[in-house]
Amino acid sequence: MWSISNIANWVNEWLGKNFSAAWVTVFEMVIAGILVISLFAVLGLILVIMERKVSAWMQIRLGPNRVGPKGLLQSAADTVKLLVKEAMTPNGADKFLFNLAPYLAIVVSMLLMAPIAFAKDFMLWDLNIGVLYVSAISSVSVISILMAGWASNNKYSLMGAMRSGAQIVSYELSAGLAILSIVVLTGSLNMNDIIRSQADGWWIFKGHFPVWISFIIFLIAITAETNRAPFDLAEAESELTAGFHTEYSGMKFALFFLAEYVNVFIVCAIGATLFLGGWMPFHIGHWEGFNHIMDFIPSSLWFFGKTFFLIFLIMWFRWTFPRLRIDQLLNLEWKYLLPIGMINLLLVTAMAILKWHF
Amino acid sequence: MGASSMIVLILAGLAFAGGAILVAKIITKTTTNPQKGEPYECGIPTHGKTWIQLNVGYYLFALVFLIFDVELVFLYPWAVVAKKVGWLAMGEIIIFFGILFIGFLYAHKKGALEWK
Repeated sequence: MWSISNIANWVNEWLGKNFSAAWVTVFEMVIAGILVISLFAVLGLILVIMERKVSAWMQIRLGPNRVGPKGLLQSAADTVKLLVKEAMTPNGADKFLFNLAPYLAIVVSMLLMAPIAFAKDFMLWDLNIGVLYVSAISSVSVISILMAGWASNNKYSLMGAMRSGAQIVSYELSAGLAILSIVVLTGSLNMNDIIRSQADGWWIFKGHFPVWISFIIFLIAITAETNRAPFDLAEAESELTAGFHTEYSGMKFALFFLAEYVNVFIVCAIGATLFLGGWMPFHIGHWEGFNHIMDFIPSSLWFFGKTFFLIFLIMWFRWTFPRLRIDQLLNLEWKYLLPIGMINLLLVTAMAILKWHF
Repeated sequence: MGASSMIVLILAGLAFAGGAILVAKIITKTTTNPQKGEPYECGIPTHGKTWIQLNVGYYLFALVFLIFDVELVFLYPWAVVAKKVGWLAMGEIIIFFGILFIGFLYAHKKGALEWK
């Protein structure tokens, strides 16, 4: 069978036959690095063109259609354009922090790739505290935003960064509570254990309404955490020009842009893993025949299908809801989502103890 | 791959960002102009300092966040064992949330959660 984990094992065996153990480790590290970098670049290109095409589709217009077949090479052309633009540092900026911020943004979204299971038995790091790792590392991303905003010597940037900081730290709580409800149900922080616990049905189907509430809270929270509309007031074009990256140009701006899109992919991948079963095919309880047919669809296809469905959902939000004001945003989190999330966690716990889920 | 994947990812991130910035630096043409480095504020000359005092609300929300974030860290180990421990875990978390909720109500009453 051709599956990603088989190919990985095959590469591992081939290297083991031809080289000594130390070199195998080095080669595997290099291969993993190259794979992650290419995934990064490809994701950036795909998500940008997807965003523009989805926007166009929602607004009944054509979208980019000049470069390449149906405009599919538009984002590649944009990358080349950004590559030849000069990256400047404004007068009076804190040069060190200003230049460090894009590196931090990229490294953080790169690190978040580690515990994600892209296909059956195919992940970089089968970490026993995978969920905790994701919550811990993702909260570092706010530092890069604050750093960029503070160092720019621009009032728009500073305002955008402060808003973004308040927003991201607030919504981290609801996202954490929503994630915890799945951890309570599975009793494990390991991504693979969580996926395997969904072998007889995804949590969104098994978990009744408490899990639906968690899922909705999680969706709202990740939309806010990735600074996307309707929570994009960190970079609200009409009031703050471009928010924290107003002063960035050329490749440094492109890196922020890329990190933002990759973060969207990562949080959607986490959502797909926790609520929609990750690479687990669509299974129904004890319908052995049906489950067997579903197993023929490759696991990586399931994973990417679910993730891109969630990404589409988030792009849909952008063209459905108007942007919130900062006080409305903080009210929504602190007065509604957080208390609801806490009570919902109690409900999920009661459900897990009484074994009311399927 | 284990914990070494973290090193690989950090290096990959640095190489990716560094490589992109370096390539851009080599192939772009730089021009100098006295007005070019001025902060962009839609064409109007900037007025006053940038690093000004900001709304105290951000600080208050950060403080309340800190309390809840510490609570969330406690909840992770609790969540893992909650199903095994059963009703004891349920009772414990109700007490914990109760104490937390009193603090939350206090912050709410003091107006820390109002944006002014």
